Amino acid sequence: MEELRTYRDWPIAPISKPTEGALGLTGTWRTFRPIINKDRCIKCLMCWLFCPEAAIGVGEDGGPTINYDYCKGCGICATECRYGAIEMVREEEVIA
Amino acid sequence: MAIKELPREEYLLPGHAACAGCGASIALRLTLKALGRKTIVVVPACCTSIIQGPWPRTAVTIPLMNIMFEAAAACAAGISAGLKARGIKDVTVIAWAGDGGTYDIGIQALSGAAERGDNILYICYNNQAYMNTGIQRSGATPFGARTTTTPVLGKREPQKNMPLIMAAHGIPYVATATPAFPMDLMRKLRKAASLEGTKYVEILSPCPPGWRFPADKTVQMGRLAVQTCAWPLWEAEWRDGRQVFRLTGPSRLIAECPELKLPVDAYLAAQGRFRGMRPEEIQAVQKQVDTWWEQLKRLAGMA
Amino acid sequence: MALMAEKGWRSVFVTGNHAVAWAVKTARVQVVAAYPITPQTTIVEKIAEFVEKGELDAQYIRVESEHSAMTACIGAAAAGARAFTATASHGLALMHECLWWAAGARLPIVMAVVNRAMGPGWNIWTDYCDTMAQRDLGWIQVYCADNQEVFNSILQAYKLCEDHRVLLPCMVDLEAFILSHTYMPVRIPPQDEVDDWLPPYKPAWSLDPDEPITHGNLVYPAHYMEHRYLMQEAMERVRELLPKVGEDYRRRFGLTGLDFIETYKCEDAELLILTMGTMGVEARITVDKLRERGIKTGVARVRVFRPFPVEQVRQLAEGVPMVVVIDRHISYGAEGALAMETRWALYGLEERPLITSFIAGIGGRDVTWRDMERMALKAHEWMSKGEARWGIWYGVRGLEVA
Repeated sequence: MEELRTYRDWPIAPISKPTEGALGLTGTWRTFRPIINKDRCIKCLMCWLFCPEAAIGVGEDGGPTINYDYCKGCGICATECRYGAIEMVREEEVIA
Repeated sequence: MAIKELPREEYLLPGHAACAGCGASIALRLTLKALGRKTIVVVPACCTSIIQGPWPRTAVTIPLMNIMFEAAAACAAGISAGLKARGIKDVTVIAWAGDGGTYDIGIQALSGAAERGDNILYICYNNQAYMNTGIQRSGATPFGARTTTTPVLGKREPQKNMPLIMAAHGIPYVATATPAFPMDLMRKLRKAASLEGTKYVEILSPCPPGWRFPADKTVQMGRLAVQTCAWPLWEAEWRDGRQVFRLTGPSRLIAECPELKLPVDAYLAAQGRFRGMRPEEIQAVQKQVDTWWEQLKRLAGMA
Repeated sequence: MALMAEKGWRSVFVTGNHAVAWAVKTARVQVVAAYPITPQTTIVEKIAEFVEKGELDAQYIRVESEHSAMTACIGAAAAGARAFTATASHGLALMHECLWWAAGARLPIVMAVVNRAMGPGWNIWTDYCDTMAQRDLGWIQVYCADNQEVFNSILQAYKLCEDHRVLLPCMVDLEAFILSHTYMPVRIPPQDEVDDWLPPYKPAWSLDPDEPITHGNLVYPAHYMEHRYLMQEAMERVRELLPKVGEDYRRRFGLTGLDFIETYKCEDAELLILTMGTMGVEARITVDKLRERGIKTGVARVRVFRPFPVEQVRQLAEGVPMVVVIDRHISYGAEGALAMETRWALYGLEERPLITSFIAGIGGRDVTWRDMERMALKAHEWMSKGEARWGIWYGVRGLEVA
């Protein structure tokens, strides 16, 4: 993002640019984090499809990968996974 | 289309401002995947106004115009006209509005656009209350639901049947959907976008804080809504000069096999907004759901 | 000075409303939002005729309310098209929220407003209460006194507003029935010359899938003021750019260009009448009559109210002992906008004139040169004794004033 020092740095109108983390590192909202069990995961990608955050991506191996910077820990992925491949684990430490 | 073949590109980027487990966000993410890059979206005052995040950042990667609460359809109509005047084709103009901005304050502009046949795809993501302002009842709130303006007695009136109202406008395409059935949702959006004129798709978007259920149950709640026929999936389009209604997905299955239809009890019991409903009120909801379901089946020729 | 017989020029004998329609056609507006309200309806009707006969290549949206009319213009302008709508009175009031949005979005929409009184009860005749109530929002405001000026103002408004140093919307105002429905000759320059002078709109920002942006999302207090200051800055630039556009227009077409104030016999005036619109033209008779009586009078007609012509008003009033302001507007609990803002503009002068201000013509009550003569004489009488009064309602039964 450009530096906003004086009013001349503002755009002509309230215009915003697309970016990841528009509200910052929303991963700090989590109380529980999803952990994928690769042995059980069949890579159906339902978790990827249903994530409200787009915090689950598709890895090189075609399987889901979780972006913990932004995952809010809602648990939809774990609940929707029919193979029990995702477990919601309580966060142990405070994420700064 | 198989899930693995769906576009990987994200048009709603992570780190946005929606609540954890937000049904509307799933709906938006899937909608934009279905429609693709050459889309312009108008967003009136609603949850999505905030979900974008604050200036100078936005979580949405297609052009987005924020506009006043009641004005989504009129703004989309204006954009559509502007693009046409400039000779720009192949861009889909959509409105993405909540139930408040559609059923209530936005109904005039929407009805006007539909009557004129303005070339827009109007999508109402329905979380059944004014959620952005903290859960007040709207014309879309179902009977019995507790909201901050119906806190003790629950809503006394049933909701409007907005999809049927839009079908009565005779527009080229009307459909209902919910993120629990993502392929059905995306197919309908793509179908709508391929047509000329005013198209209306309403997406039931379960809301954990507003409906009072745990954030991981969002998709399940939409599934239950369809399975109880509280939110039937259907579409209406024109063929050979006649408006043809079709039930889709599980709703079609339930019409063919009525024993699959679940009673509303489980659906109501799963949500805190219906806590405190008396047995006769639950019966009233069941009666309303059944009446609308029978009407829909008749329209679809499946009575 | 262009001759009527010159090639490509047209001379039409039209109402103020049709003059607007001709200007919209000549400006090659691309999107028109249309909704009826007396007394502007014949504007959008004439434009419909132009569009359906293929004389104006524009998208014509027959919206279902004025709120949607302005919103559709906002959408069209955001998509990069030149947009127009027209309204009056309650229609303008209804689109109030949209006017804020258009200005804050920095969209160069031009709108014709036929000044009409507000209800209740219903009143279709003229006063300025409708547009004056919108003076805070960031719209440039031009008030016309004849149909040629109406035509000229619309063309110049697009030129001025689409300048990237401005990018604010503009309302061109004309009085209900006095101008809107009165026939006057209007000369229209050749289309190819206008096309050369007013090129197609090039937006500073737009909704473009190749360069996606979000417009208008949440802005925190930490950032909002700068966005708004940019609007004020643009308004301040209009002070310099508006007369430049006017001068450019005059030189190109030989027609009167935009400027802030039109004066008549003000150079040696001891009594200055300050007013707006057609009153400002009719007052010339008053000026001549008063001069016959030995009172050196002049009249200044404020043509552009936003931005308010502070410097011009100061220069006019400098050294003038008496100023009479006649407002066709009232801000209940205060007085007329022209008077209040004139007082604000003149406050800093070393030698301030005595100012007496009248409220007249509300709800379309006729204000003739005789009425203005009575007002001016009465004011002259008071101010000669060193007395100045403010906000005096002229012509109200039971209020004996002048």
